[in-house]
Amino acid sequence: MEYLNIFFLETYKILFLLVPVLVSVAMIVWLDRRIWAFVQKRQGPNVVGPFGLLQSLADAFKYIFKEVIIPSSSNKVIFILAPIVTMTLALISWAVIPFSATQVLADINVGILYLFAVSSLGVYGIIMGGWASNSKYPFLGAIRSAAQMVSYEVSIGVIIINVLLCVGSLNLNDIVIAQENIWFVIPLFPMFVIFFISALAETNRPPFDLPEAEAELVAGYQTEYSGMMYAMFWLGEYANILLMCAMGSILFLGGWLSPIEIYPFNLIPGAIWLIFKILFLFLLFALVKAIVPRYRYDQLMRLGWKIFLPLSLLWVVLTASYLFYYNLLPVN
Amino acid sequence: MLAHAIFFYTFSFIAIVSAVMVTVSKNTVHSVFFLILDFISISCLFIMIGAEFLGMIMLIVYVGAVAVLFLFVVMMLNVSQQKNQWFISTESSKHIPVGLIVSVIIFFELIVVIGGWKYKPNLVSAMSLNFDNDISNTHSIGYVLYTDYIHIFQLSGMILLVAMVGAIVLTFKQRSGIKRQFYFDQISRERKDSVEIVNVENNKGVKLDD
Repeated sequence: MEYLNIFFLETYKILFLLVPVLVSVAMIVWLDRRIWAFVQKRQGPNVVGPFGLLQSLADAFKYIFKEVIIPSSSNKVIFILAPIVTMTLALISWAVIPFSATQVLADINVGILYLFAVSSLGVYGIIMGGWASNSKYPFLGAIRSAAQMVSYEVSIGVIIINVLLCVGSLNLNDIVIAQENIWFVIPLFPMFVIFFISALAETNRPPFDLPEAEAELVAGYQTEYSGMMYAMFWLGEYANILLMCAMGSILFLGGWLSPIEIYPFNLIPGAIWLIFKILFLFLLFALVKAIVPRYRYDQLMRLGWKIFLPLSLLWVVLTASYLFYYNLLPVN
Repeated sequence: MLAHAIFFYTFSFIAIVSAVMVTVSKNTVHSVFFLILDFISISCLFIMIGAEFLGMIMLIVYVGAVAVLFLFVVMMLNVSQQKNQWFISTESSKHIPVGLIVSVIIFFELIVVIGGWKYKPNLVSAMSLNFDNDISNTHSIGYVLYTDYIHIFQLSGMILLVAMVGAIVLTFKQRSGIKRQFYFDQISRERKDSVEIVNVENNKGVKLDD
């Protein structure tokens, strides 16, 4: 009976987190297309519902009722598993995101490592999809994407070390609370820029959308996917983008803290502030998609390994030396 | 405690089954995927005994990086064909003695470890460190790693660095005859470097020096 109670309570909590995330993923797809259109002086999706808000819902229904085609020469189990893996990994990472000091599903000690680990697993969805399709373009796309994601993960890891040096804890709530005096975006501004660009590469967003470069690879790893399985890839991709925005706002923009600790701002709950920060970062993601041309593959690798990695390593040394010299290291 | 036991047996069952499947499955790519599943369930077991840092690092390093490279190699080199040859052809006996020796050594090592654990109860307490329950295990790893074992830790870092440099040196080839892009030259190019206005006299033409 006791276990049953815990089970239902946790299920209720998980649903309370997951349903808003899924709805906001649908909304964010609409927002992305809309911003993209406005930058290019187009209208974007504006027909279904007010301002076209229900466009994503209509798309989702279309995908659900379409036939799922599984190529006869594909490796069927892995082919079906790939979108499931992508989607699951994109959703389970939301478990550790703190929406306020108490509103967090799992307040674990190694929250940031958990986020990093789950985002590093994300590459498997793509490799599995690309390999199991048993076709040239998906395979090429998958290999490109795997190399890209592994490379940019390295610099994201080093950037996380920078933040951890200033915090002294791996807990996400501690990271947020450590920014009470000053958000890390100010002292670590270059790291914020590198994190943002690496996040673009990690989520395969333009200008780093080489895995699905439609001009060269048709649609990359998702070429053979149709119907609901394609929709799951798509949802997972956008959930990952939202997650990267959440990670950026927790590491650098103060998470659920309000920007100024004075009267009217104090009343707004932390969750709202976090959502605003996520939306701000997503706006930047969408704008970058609209205005920047795609990178060439060697340029992408050069940027990751020869510029971002040395720069972020250097910054680790700088941060550590500064904190050590002024005796600011967070030792407990 | 019941939930704990259920989770423990689930994860260990998955770990053992997938470890067996790594060796048994015919398709090499499937073996790598089973290996990944094995890593994941073992890191879950680490987390269950409270070593959450170790479990996460296991996920990040082995699953996030090493297994991706395994997959790359297996997918590109067509290992599945070679593997089939090992099983079918008569030369397969060549690999069996080596494998047997290695597995026998591992088996005896396991017997020594488990025997020590079971029949010398004070051995464990003599070897293991005193844990302070107030600090998280990430902190306690840091306190041990950067104080008592700093030299060994640094040394292993150096070995990894040497291995990395060695791998790069082995595969690095200076190729001639390819066009390279020089970003600073490209950006710092100006009009006068590349365009020249020449008055061409009629019927004479211009001689351009390259």
